[in-house]
Amino acid sequence: MVYEKRLDGRKFDELRPVEAKVGVVDRAAGSAMFKIGKTIAIAAVYGPRQLYPQVFQNPVAGVLRCNYNMLAFSGSGERVRPGPSRRSKEISLVIEKALLPLLDLSNYAGAVVDVFIELIQTDAGTRCAGICAASMALADAGIPMKDLVSSVAVGRVGGKVVLDLSKEEEDYEGHATDIATAFSTRIGQVTLLQMDGEVSKEELKKALELAKKGCEKIKDIQVKALKERYVGGLNE
Amino acid sequence: MSNLIVAEREIVVPGQELAEGMDFLPGDYVIRDKDKLIATKLGMVNVSGRLVRIVALNEPYLPKRGDLVIGKVVGVGIGGWRVDIGWPFEANLSVKDATSDFIEKGADLSKYFNYGDYIMAEIVNVASSKIIDLSMKGPGLRKLGPGRLLNIPSSKVPRVIGKQGSMIGLVKDYTECKISVGQNGTVWLRGEDPKKELLAVSAIRKIELESHISGLTDKIKEYLESKKDGL
Repeated sequence: MVYEKRLDGRKFDELRPVEAKVGVVDRAAGSAMFKIGKTIAIAAVYGPRQLYPQVFQNPVAGVLRCNYNMLAFSGSGERVRPGPSRRSKEISLVIEKALLPLLDLSNYAGAVVDVFIELIQTDAGTRCAGICAASMALADAGIPMKDLVSSVAVGRVGGKVVLDLSKEEEDYEGHATDIATAFSTRIGQVTLLQMDGEVSKEELKKALELAKKGCEKIKDIQVKALKERYVGGLNE
Repeated sequence: MSNLIVAEREIVVPGQELAEGMDFLPGDYVIRDKDKLIATKLGMVNVSGRLVRIVALNEPYLPKRGDLVIGKVVGVGIGGWRVDIGWPFEANLSVKDATSDFIEKGADLSKYFNYGDYIMAEIVNVASSKIIDLSMKGPGLRKLGPGRLLNIPSSKVPRVIGKQGSMIGLVKDYTECKISVGQNGTVWLRGEDPKKELLAVSAIRKIELESHISGLTDKIKEYLESKKDGL
């Protein structure tokens, strides 16, 4: 089956509509909402605070602890069962690994910075939306970091390399490959690279180029959202 | 050739380039990456001479030696007290730094500071994130009596105090409240008149919200003046 036109009419290198907002949870130290297409992620940061049990403490630097969770009503209920599971545990871990290389937690030895990521509506690319939201929430909380992390999924649908797959594309019958990526666009570092499906070497290279361009666009939106929290609104 | 990419007081995000070339030096929350200066926190740019630093807009409190903080007594032992100062780990106040009274060995220390008491103390030593020593010897360091407690981000404390205490002095003058501000962002206040006390609270909340705006002292003065008649 040849994939000539995307199911939702986008160009092959076009993102779904993106929205971002910072400071959505009052009680948290920092928080953010990230929406891409029909996927909505909310991230809230608490801490630094004491980490128990003590064996998990790191005596030279703080520990980052992420918790990814899809709310019970978030999906369409077909494939992924929402709630705590092996899958959510794994995603929590990869989000942690995607954010940690850019954070500087050296001041918070023995403490933990908690990041809670809740998906209130899911379509596709939930871990990517979660990373984008978490990165903004950490910046809002004032945790030092070398760069923001931007994340997007790329993939191959019906032989075409596409940016930001929707749920319909992930389930496309002529085999779809889904590659989740996260970048620090300033440093040019990849912090997340996961793949589900098959892809050739050339296609992977092309896909990563596409992902990088997508992340640059997403970063602009993240930066704008962070600045908007303080500029505009309050100044009036 | 060095040049500054951002303007003074501009709001920057982590990872944003601030300056190019080797002439500028990285200050607080700024790192050097090859010939560029990079911000590591969400905050406002401050350039003084060659030094580029960031004034964070929101950040967790980080204990420093010399800080005057307001803490809550959460532990009474035989050699001193454990105090919660808004940091992940409790600070330690030893008997010898707490009072000049003679205290007999094995005496009940809760007579001096009991569980739940709030104290104003100075941080005299930060050995590591878990070892922080407090002292009560110094002007203004005391047990705080009944009053109202507010929490503000520690990065906004300098704004609440103002230059040479101008901002807090203004609020005190208008509301006739006693106010103590800890560097850790805990504010204690007490007024004779509950209405005036509430006005002081709302003024401090207003300073917290608008801390990044210049000319804030005048704005707060206007605000207090406009509310004065209602008292």
